Amino acid sequence: MSALPTAAERAAVDGHLGLPQSAWEGGEERPEDAVLAEGGFRASQDRRQHILPTLHAVNDAIGWVSAGALNYICQRLLVPPAEAYGVAGFYALLSLEERPARVAHICDDVACRNQGGNKILSDLEGRSDVHPSPCLGQCDQAPAVFYQRAGEADCVAVVTDTDQVIKVLEGGKPEEVPATVPQAGDPALRLLKRIGRVDPTSLEDYRRAGGYRALTKAIDLGADQVLSEIKASNLRGRGGAAFPMGIKWEAVARSSVTLRYLICNADESEPGTFKDRVIMEGDPFALIESMTIAGLAIGAELGYLYIRAEYPFAQSLLENAIEQTRESGLLGDDVDGSGKSFDIEIRRGGGAYICGEETALMNSIEGHRGEPRNKPPFPTQAGLFGRPTVINNVETLINVPEIVLEGGDAFAAIGTTQSTGPKLFCLSGAVATPGVYEVEFGITLDELVDLAGGVTGSGSIGAIMLGGAAGLFVGEDYLDMPLTFEGAQDRKATLGSGVVMVFDDRTDFADLSQRIARFFRDESCGQCVPCRVGTVRQEELLARHCGGLPWEDELFEDIAQVMIDASICGLGHTASTAIRSVIDLGLLEGSRG
Amino acid sequence: MADITLAVDGTEVSVPVGATILDACRVLGKDQPTLCYLDNLTPVNVCRVCVVEVPGNRTLVPSCSRPVEEGMEVNTDSERVRHSRKMVYEFLASSVDLSLVDEETVDWMVRYGCDPDRYGPQADPVEDRDQRVAGHHHLGDGSTAETVHQPVKVDNELYIRDYSRCILCYKCVEACGEDAQNTFAIAVAGRGFDARISTEFDTGLTDSACVFCGNCIGVCPTGALMFRSEHELRLAGMWDEDDQTVTRTICSYCGVGCNLDLHVQDNRIVKVTSPMDHSVTSGHLCIKGRFGYEYVQELGDLAVTPIDQVLRRARVPDRDSSG
Ligand SMILES: Cc1cc2nc3c(=O)[nH]c(=O)nc-3n(C[C@H](O)[C@H](O)[C@H](O)COP(=O)(O)O)c2cc1C
Ligand code: SF4
Ligand code: SF4
Ligand code: SF4
Ligand code: FES
Ligand code: FES
Repeated sequence: MSALPTAAERAAVDGHLGLPQSAWEGGEERPEDAVLAEGGFRASQDRRQHILPTLHAVNDAIGWVSAGALNYICQRLLVPPAEAYGVAGFYALLSLEERPARVAHICDDVACRNQGGNKILSDLEGRSDVHPSPCLGQCDQAPAVFYQRAGEADCVAVVTDTDQVIKVLEGGKPEEVPATVPQAGDPALRLLKRIGRVDPTSLEDYRRAGGYRALTKAIDLGADQVLSEIKASNLRGRGGAAFPMGIKWEAVARSSVTLRYLICNADESEPGTFKDRVIMEGDPFALIESMTIAGLAIGAELGYLYIRAEYPFAQSLLENAIEQTRESGLLGDDVDGSGKSFDIEIRRGGGAYICGEETALMNSIEGHRGEPRNKPPFPTQAGLFGRPTVINNVETLINVPEIVLEGGDAFAAIGTTQSTGPKLFCLSGAVATPGVYEVEFGITLDELVDLAGGVTGSGSIGAIMLGGAAGLFVGEDYLDMPLTFEGAQDRKATLGSGVVMVFDDRTDFADLSQRIARFFRDESCGQCVPCRVGTVRQEELLARHCGGLPWEDELFEDIAQVMIDASICGLGHTASTAIRSVIDLGLLEGSRG
Repeated sequence: MADITLAVDGTEVSVPVGATILDACRVLGKDQPTLCYLDNLTPVNVCRVCVVEVPGNRTLVPSCSRPVEEGMEVNTDSERVRHSRKMVYEFLASSVDLSLVDEETVDWMVRYGCDPDRYGPQADPVEDRDQRVAGHHHLGDGSTAETVHQPVKVDNELYIRDYSRCILCYKCVEACGEDAQNTFAIAVAGRGFDARISTEFDTGLTDSACVFCGNCIGVCPTGALMFRSEHELRLAGMWDEDDQTVTRTICSYCGVGCNLDLHVQDNRIVKVTSPMDHSVTSGHLCIKGRFGYEYVQELGDLAVTPIDQVLRRARVPDRDSSG
């Protein structure tokens, strides 16, 4: 294809990549270009990882990516146009068609749909600048809207309505709401202690509030000792899979391959989850410090922080934090005088839940489609760019300074033996005070709901969604369940990413189930047959039932089973579990007309 | 290097380190169904029809790519395995036109008792699959089963793309890319059920990077990619494999020595392939060997054969796909 970029598109690309060096890259013709070819396999491999950031640069500036812009990006990065097209089209927030300069993505996911999201969408039906969106990670402030604005920064509005959406689409800007937590000021807080109390833009304030003491101590202890403390802490991952952090770290730290990577998974797209956003918006330096300790402990010199595109506020605070820490020598060639080098690069997602899956995330960073890889090999063996890689969730990582300061054994004494440490839960839906709550593992579901002010709406619980759309719904009989990994497992439930979304007994669960089915179909990467087709068949089956036909349980079970057994990744494995639980609770029938 | 011993359905077998479960099964003469696997391509393990049960793994594992381990116990015929295989075939058959898959696949589908009709009548073909965007779709009332049915892409004289038959096995992408051709003219675009094989912006092949080597045709298991000549003959109801002979020869263009299999019907070459196990080609050719055969039959004095008129139609660059 021969389409050329406009001057503005070219400027957007060059603004990100720098000016082209030769005519081969689309620059001015130089005499040597006629005799010296540039490019080649190696260069193309090296440059590929810049494709998503460069696509973003064009999409941000122009509002969409034209054929000419794509061609120019391909020329600069030595990526075949067909592949670049496949990468760009993987992401819901990159547009390959011309569209209005401002676009609103209205959340109509599980929390927002009945708290105003659906209403905004129906009020504005038919507008080409308004689209429904999956969960935006603002469920405690429903309904939420994410805006893309060509030439200006993306932004988010919370607790919003139709009039405000129209205003923003016509040129206004929603106000940024600083992160807060309901427990602010509680002296027992470990992870949330600074949120809402310490200025998230100031390294100085962070240090005054105890920040960077852990890094200093970690450098004194040395990498081996830090690793021992992490193992002693028994900390298990908070991203959903609950895998022990120490095992991952050790595997990479002991690897014979010396080029290693750290990744912080800040893609947080599981419906109902917003804890990582609150941390990043409220205490961004803590995450940078945690990643630095991790990087030094596992011997990685570069850490990637992969953040979902719908978190522009958190991203800008993190960029500021990285800049300030670099200037103070806390990141860079000689981290805090340790003689060791570590730095952090931020990568922005593009609107794809699947990119939170660790291997899909790595493919996304590398500039490929965000399709999960088959495991084994595991990331600790061959992760990012084929190198040993530790990937941890935001919440998992911010426990690290606590462990370093308190010691692994002391940390392990918090919570239960199998579920150690403090835990964040995302409370939303029909509770009086939604938000992120920090508790010690082991309190019951009942106590947690009480902490959030108890059930609102009708006052009676219809069901509680645990662990997000990939989790399940439980009934009132689960209120006595202790919130621990083992406690959940014993009751065939899951804590997942810490979602506790409460629905009262007037909720239309058939409608919620359909929304969840739609979510999984939209977010399936499409790579494997069980999930690519299974999520469609599941949605069709639900649609038939909601249209009045009898429930086809055998067919549902058949579809669910192959997704669980034969899908490549966790998305397919869990795409049916929440819906199964609604059926088992008898809520699909009960809530219909 | 030392061999690894494992058990497949209770029978012990030893295979070299690095072998896959599928390799081990084959040593025992137990072939497994595969769709996205081909000996001469890197496994992508996406179709999941080859899954087997291995204790210690929470989910089933793809036999085509999982390396064997010492002491592994593989079950290729458990209830879970049979269920998943049946469902994968059913999912595909309910959404894709599988009428041209090989007999082996048909046999497996019968063996696992596939019933693709239980998802309801198949939805009508649509024209907009190439325009669909990630993260959004239109949901009907569930009364029909959504499919990938769409018009055939006929944009050149050499081969057509009938993506109603595409099971998204990634083989053509691999053959066009690093596994053979290194041309990268096609890739997977879109996401989820709307994922599809595409050139950039769905541009026609003649405007794309395609060099018409036809290696994608050679690996396509469903007939989605097909010689234009075969396509036209099929449309005319004149494609007749029973009446065809296959003649092996060596390409006359250059000195590489590629083996060619000329498929001849009514004294006309209607298709050219190369044997997958040929050491020179691994089944792959270039445009000359694949499509440059017209000179053989342009001798001027040839008697007219019944299919000539149809083959002449195939030389019109593009035309309405409806036939
Ligand atoms: C479909 C899918 C989406 C996921 N999304 C996230 C995510 O947004 N954030 C996250 O931390 N982990 C996510 N995970 C889990 C990651 O794959 C991985 O287990 C996690 O990042 C590891 O970090 P941890 O050990 O600290 O929990 C997801 C997994 C799947 C299967
Ligand atoms: S399970 Fe779904 S999301 Fe995961 S690899 Fe398969 S198609 Fe992609
Ligand atoms: S004919 Fe060759 S170059 Fe063209 S798409 Fe097929 S494999 Fe690629
Ligand atoms: S066109 Fe053929 S080879 Fe390519 S993905 Fe589809 S079925 Fe596979
Ligand atoms: S922000 Fe709307 S459901 Fe989470
Ligand atoms: S043949 Fe193994 S996954 Fe397709």
